[in-house]
Amino acid sequence: MKDRKSSAHGAKVKNPSSAPETANLGRDVQAKIGQQLRSMYVGVVDQGVPDRFVELLKKLDEAGGSSDKDRDSE
Amino acid sequence: MTLDPTIRDDMLAAVPNLRAFAYSLSGSVDRADDLVQETLMRAIAKIDHFTPGTNLNAWLFTILRNYFRSEFRKQRREVEDVDGKHADRLVSQPEQVGRVEFEEFRAALGTLPDNQREALILVGASGFSYDEAAEICGCAVGTVKSRVNRARSRLAQMMSVGETPEFGADDKTRAVLGNLGG
Repeated sequence: MKDRKSSAHGAKVKNPSSAPETANLGRDVQAKIGQQLRSMYVGVVDQGVPDRFVELLKKLDEAGGSSDKDRDSE
Repeated sequence: MTLDPTIRDDMLAAVPNLRAFAYSLSGSVDRADDLVQETLMRAIAKIDHFTPGTNLNAWLFTILRNYFRSEFRKQRREVEDVDGKHADRLVSQPEQVGRVEFEEFRAALGTLPDNQREALILVGASGFSYDEAAEICGCAVGTVKSRVNRARSRLAQMMSVGETPEFGADDKTRAVLGNLGG
């Protein structure tokens, strides 16, 4: 009941007769999802390479691959 | 064996993307860094399995993805709450996207099944083709496509409910923020 009342204000989410509107909403939401996903992702990419990884690779490289831990068990 | 300097540089260059993938999978910067560290160690330990000239990025993503799915995932629940806050603090959120929406999106993404989330990220954010994503996930291309589609419609469902002002967005917002611990 409340839903139907609200639809008078343009929020026809549950009204099956508003298919085009729903489709538009779907496209908008899809665009937003894509945008947010990329924004979140790029937010981390933009942090670059933290020092710990530069150090790690240097250390691993100097170790010359002689693994003191048996990590390659798979 | 010594690590080829070119490969080492390429690995370093891959780190930002690996972290972003790991963050998107795990929802936490701390976990992302742990995932990437383990990925690099594993990659170097079995660097002779890598064919020079092939896609190093995809190879590293595969290692990270498999590690996340096989072992890392099990530890997730232990630190869930604390980590959520930590992640909020560290990842700057893009200005054109509102904070509430961003939190809503993060929360929604976190509710997806692993296989849908990883497919969506690989194709929708990492920029891999469906073929590459299929290889990384060890499944058929068609499977990736249907997972991406399911992920999208599921997110759309959650997000469109959340953004209809007439339906008490304020309560919803509070609920979402409450779940995220502030």
